[in-house]
Amino acid sequence: MEKERNITIDGREFRFSEGETILTVAKRNHIDIPTLCHLKGTTPTGACRICVVEVEGARTLMTSCTVPATVGMVVRSESPEVIRSRRMTIELMLTSGRHDDCLVCPSSGNCRLQELAFRYKVKGTTFEDTGVKYPMESVNPFILRDFSKCILCGRCVQACNEVQVNEAIDMGYRGSATKIITKGDVALKDSDCVFCGECVQVCPVAALVPKDARITPRLSEMKEVKTTCSYCGVGCQMNLHVKNNRVWQVTGCEESAPNYGSLCVKGRYGFDFIASDKRLTTPLIKENGTFREASWDEALTLTAKRLKEISDVQSDATGLLTSARITNEENYIAQKFARTVLKTNNVDHCARL
Amino acid sequence: MSKVRMQLMLCGGTGCHATGSKLFQKALDEELVNRGLSEEIKVIETGCNGFCAVGPVMLVQPEGIFYQKLSVDDIPELVEEHFLKGRPVPRLFFQEQKSKEKIPHIDDIPFFSNQVYRAMRNKGAIDPEVIDEYIARDGYFGSAKALNEMSSENIIDEMLTSGLRGRGGAGFPTGLKWKFANSSPGEEKYVLCNADEGDPGAFMDRSILESDPHVVLEGMTIAAKAIGATKGYIYCRTEYQLAIRRLNIAIAQAKEYGLLGENILGSGFNFDVEIYQGAGAFVCGEETALMRSIEGKRGMPRPRPPFPALKGLWDKPTILNNVESFANVPQIILQGGEWYASIGTEKSKGTKVFALSGDINNIGLVEVPMGLPLRTLIYDIGGGIPKKRKFKAVQLGGPSGGCVPEQHLDTVIDYEEIAKVGAIMGSGGAIVMDNRTCMVDMARFFMDFIQDESCGKCTPCREGTRRILEILERICEGKGVESDLKSLEELCEVTSSSALCGLGQTAANPVLSTMRFFMDEYKAHIFDKTCPAKTCQALLKFTVDPEKCKKCGLCFKACPADAITWKKKEVAVIDTDKCVKCMSCYDACAFDAID
Amino acid sequence: MTNPISDIEKSDVILVVGSNTTDTHPVISAAMKRAAKFGGKKLIVIDPRGITLKKYAAIQMAPKPGGDIAWINGMIRIILEEGLEAKAYIAERTEGFDAMADSVASFTPEYVTKITGIPEETLTQAARLFASGEKGSIYYCMGITQHISGTDNVKALANLAMVCGNMGIEGGGVNPLRGQNNVQGACDMGGLPDVYPGYRKVHDETHAQTMESAWGVTGLSRTPGITATEMVDAALKGSLKALYIIGENPLLSEADLTHTEKGFKNLEFLVVQDIFMTETAQTADVVLPALCFAEKEGTFTNTERRVQRVRKAVDGPDGVLADWEIVCEIAKRMGTEMPFDSPEAIFTEIAATTPAFTGLSYTRLEKEGIPWPCPTADHPGTPRLHVGRFAKGKGSFFPLSWTPPAEITDAEYPLVLTTGRLLYHYHTGTMTRKSKGLNERAPECFVEMAGSDAEELGLKDGAMTQITSRRGEINAKVKVSRRMARGTVFIPFHFAEAAANRLTNAKLDPVSKIPEFKVCAIRIQGA
Repeated sequence: MEKERNITIDGREFRFSEGETILTVAKRNHIDIPTLCHLKGTTPTGACRICVVEVEGARTLMTSCTVPATVGMVVRSESPEVIRSRRMTIELMLTSGRHDDCLVCPSSGNCRLQELAFRYKVKGTTFEDTGVKYPMESVNPFILRDFSKCILCGRCVQACNEVQVNEAIDMGYRGSATKIITKGDVALKDSDCVFCGECVQVCPVAALVPKDARITPRLSEMKEVKTTCSYCGVGCQMNLHVKNNRVWQVTGCEESAPNYGSLCVKGRYGFDFIASDKRLTTPLIKENGTFREASWDEALTLTAKRLKEISDVQSDATGLLTSARITNEENYIAQKFARTVLKTNNVDHCARL
Repeated sequence: MSKVRMQLMLCGGTGCHATGSKLFQKALDEELVNRGLSEEIKVIETGCNGFCAVGPVMLVQPEGIFYQKLSVDDIPELVEEHFLKGRPVPRLFFQEQKSKEKIPHIDDIPFFSNQVYRAMRNKGAIDPEVIDEYIARDGYFGSAKALNEMSSENIIDEMLTSGLRGRGGAGFPTGLKWKFANSSPGEEKYVLCNADEGDPGAFMDRSILESDPHVVLEGMTIAAKAIGATKGYIYCRTEYQLAIRRLNIAIAQAKEYGLLGENILGSGFNFDVEIYQGAGAFVCGEETALMRSIEGKRGMPRPRPPFPALKGLWDKPTILNNVESFANVPQIILQGGEWYASIGTEKSKGTKVFALSGDINNIGLVEVPMGLPLRTLIYDIGGGIPKKRKFKAVQLGGPSGGCVPEQHLDTVIDYEEIAKVGAIMGSGGAIVMDNRTCMVDMARFFMDFIQDESCGKCTPCREGTRRILEILERICEGKGVESDLKSLEELCEVTSSSALCGLGQTAANPVLSTMRFFMDEYKAHIFDKTCPAKTCQALLKFTVDPEKCKKCGLCFKACPADAITWKKKEVAVIDTDKCVKCMSCYDACAFDAID
Repeated sequence: MTNPISDIEKSDVILVVGSNTTDTHPVISAAMKRAAKFGGKKLIVIDPRGITLKKYAAIQMAPKPGGDIAWINGMIRIILEEGLEAKAYIAERTEGFDAMADSVASFTPEYVTKITGIPEETLTQAARLFASGEKGSIYYCMGITQHISGTDNVKALANLAMVCGNMGIEGGGVNPLRGQNNVQGACDMGGLPDVYPGYRKVHDETHAQTMESAWGVTGLSRTPGITATEMVDAALKGSLKALYIIGENPLLSEADLTHTEKGFKNLEFLVVQDIFMTETAQTADVVLPALCFAEKEGTFTNTERRVQRVRKAVDGPDGVLADWEIVCEIAKRMGTEMPFDSPEAIFTEIAATTPAFTGLSYTRLEKEGIPWPCPTADHPGTPRLHVGRFAKGKGSFFPLSWTPPAEITDAEYPLVLTTGRLLYHYHTGTMTRKSKGLNERAPECFVEMAGSDAEELGLKDGAMTQITSRRGEINAKVKVSRRMARGTVFIPFHFAEAAANRLTNAKLDPVSKIPEFKVCAIRIQGA
């Protein structure tokens, strides 16, 4: 008979399987140990120290995201010492750089540090702000790097190196001068960065935000619509963040196959064509070599008339190119139209290109 | 046949190199050639002798006459008087501080006579670049025995019996560490030697590597056999060029002799060692950071568990021991664990190497038996405090350790006993401080060091130490407030309990320990705005005590800033606006009249 | 794809060929890189260019463009010679092995090296590595298909996979990476000249009758239609008079554009329906604006056959209709009612008429997409094809020989041109070239070449050049790059102002009718 594996967390006994961390067991049992640097799918770094818990017999507090549960382990997830440590850690984060401007911060309402400060009632007033050590970097079209907001949790580094494996950023320098850097500490645009934006998505604060995040609605005030990316064939699941009939931001859906939150530069940042002023808005009819605007009724009637004239004579004199970019439903309708109305099998699309 | 009648063991450690031993050696060689003595008198450059304070030093064998503070000008007299006429030169003997007695024989010098050599048994006795000299002193007998006569389990048992604990500072039983690694599954395992000595004031590893590189290779080979590894790395600071050069020579020689590499001594066992030069980041002394560094990544610690014995270098089972630990291994195997455990205390066996530095007469490297009182270390071996000043404290364990004040000097050298008084054994750095050292400033210094060297990964270490440093700086500048003491305490406790690695967890030790023993100094800085040790410049206001002033004008002459007015037969006056607080006058005054 | 994307990290050996995955399918490339870097899996990357993915490869090979069958057959030969094939699998699950084995016999390493330039040693290592993995998978893209031998190239890869017993297993398969969001769906839905939805042949009487009864019509044509590239020729000949184009831009994407333009000019009536005024729309008689993906409901089917929902997030431009609505309106005006009131209603009909979709509905797709075939409402979908048994019973081996590309270099056109995509652009740039940021990263066309070629031509990095083929010429700046092998240059096809397809050769693969975009002969001179 297999030996029972039990761990005690906050006075309650739970079963666990070999290799599970304290955090995993706690989460499964709805014990809310707060985390910050923890990033699903990557090696736990234990960097932020928010998830520390008291383990009986241990010399120091232990990070629940890294320590495997062991038989008979006794854990306290919110003991006074744990709370004191978390409060101090949050306090230290709140006062490193500039975190006193939630009112105008693009991540407000969607900020892990803000949530933690609220939960543990920490105001960031014990120490003086260390202010801006490294200037903001905005010399690329997509990502704004505000180092004064960076709490060096390292999630972006994990995302870049272990999720997307672009290996563009890492931690650099030492001590309080530590900074997330590219190779040679050059700007992202001159580095190995391919602007997949995975780092932006996982940034728990406002250190990495979309370039225009300061002048567009915050995530927290937008409606979220889950859809499928319209670029390559991977079919990434993404959220369009919408306000006032406009898509302002795109994020990957973290819980959905096939991409589990990842996107590429096109999917994440190439959505401005939707609201482009170059969009076609009115049917056009060419007369004497130039287009004129036409009503829908006129254009549709003209199209129907011409197609009918030609197909009535010789159905295979008409053809239809449907599209690898429109929906299944539309492709279905298009080929059904060709086969049943134009009465031809001259249907194709650019599958081969 | 050799007709050498005299060997001149000239110290070639980095300390003596710095004081001119190379020039001395060259001139001495020339003189011996000129006098036709080069056949009968040999100059041998040894590794560090240990008595760095009085370098360059030379031991004349077989007589055992010890010369100190040698210079090129002394050569003609030495050759003429001693080497030719057999009359040793007393003016170059060691002189006892108190009694002023000249001591010719090395064995009679307290610095040496109170020591017990195990890890450093070959220091100064062999030419570190000649493997035969090492072998002549039982070198590689231990590995021969381990490889040909012992099983992994036998070796580990012997190590457990010896009671040897990690000399890098944490004191984890070496045999136990090996046992874990031995039982970890895996074909590929690694033996690592930590020679990334980073504590300010520590030079134990460097000296051992410079004086006896083979002992480390032999120790590693035995460890490899114990855990089943075939590859080892010595992670050495790149600044230790002499050590690296001698290690490279040693590795090449050992391979040539079949003592390293493939099929060692015909045992069928393979083990190869490579040197990895670290760029000198303090944090790379932390085992997981060191391993990442060898892997070519940024030296950053990772959380444990998993422990390296299970998942270390390249995620393979790995043991990491420091230089001194490995240096003890060959003799333990050769003479037995019980022999090793015959000295020491109940839980701390054998000897410990210390690097004595700071305000102490005999700066140097010493090896003493466990259980020796600190007082003996400092006063007998170390020769006490210079210039009749008062001992204040000794910092053990560098930036990760704590200070032991006068009232605890009878604490014996023992992992647990030292921990009881708030310090740690550490890797052996012992910085002695006299009454002119401000303990707040000392804590500030170490915190500055830690803050510079923190890898920046975890919040408490990166941000916590920054805040601790800020507060200490404020206190030293006279801007401390009462609440700072509470903040310090809280920051220190959270940093200790919550930081990721050993570096962070011990970072606050110097502050906690000075607050424990020298709270009055903190309070003096905060409430009285004075620095009792007269170190914190911002708090210094120099005035001349007219009662004590002998109107001699020494202070006037010493002042580089024209801040002192003085005329013959008048009391000197210091203009505090002009004073740059350089302490020149304070030092110059022979009558304690400046305060 | 025969296998799901999530299988990538389950393969022991992953062979990627003709796919610049990090640029064209970045999210899939991440899985490959993770597998190699953290999963201990081995990557074999084959591409004429020194693409980024090669950094993670255990073995990389750079065959000359057009040499694929040679090295694939060469690998099979080595595997058979060394007895590394999956004997039981071949015996139980396949047919035609002997003929195939005979066909590879002449592909000795020396011969392969002569054709492809791949060193013998490397080929042998690659063969051994691929055969050594218990689970080996193959991923390919247009670098395999856009050749006159494209179909054979794919068959050769299938041979290789079956020789190693890799079809129908987790972490295996032969997996085409589809380049466009719904190219899979367009094919599934019958957007092809020879098949109805669900790949049922139009010339098959049973299928035609099934569709006639399903659609309530009679007289469906039993004659397969013509492909897009063939339509150009038909237009030129006058047999095709009217063309209705939805969301396509052939005047930038087709091979040999000058030829295509001529064909289009000859049409009597051209209607183009799109979201932007494309190069093709400009030549139309009627242009109809349509809604984009963010403005409508529907489904896309991704490269792993997963049917996923598209949802409306914003209203489109005032009055603009979705593509399906426009088509239905035209049908109505031609006297045929296609009375659908929503995409969901259309999807219900799709499920009713398409066997692989029978079990699918919007309700089921609400949370997560489902890979077809999904025959019943409680079927979980089919992430892997051919498990246990091939769809048609046994897997067929094909004997294959190598033929050189349609156009080879000569004194007049001494360089090989291969075309492809960039990370920052998509297809003809209809959408991405309207994106400010993407354009800032990749603003213009270029011709990427080896430093030695540039030097020989006396061209410096950034110099403007004229690139000429037998069919046309364009101007683009030189980009000297270590990724290119001597003799081969690369031009992205996204840029209308320097359209690479002015140069490409419209020679087709006889089966798939795919033009040979990946090889043509060109010359370059300073402009």
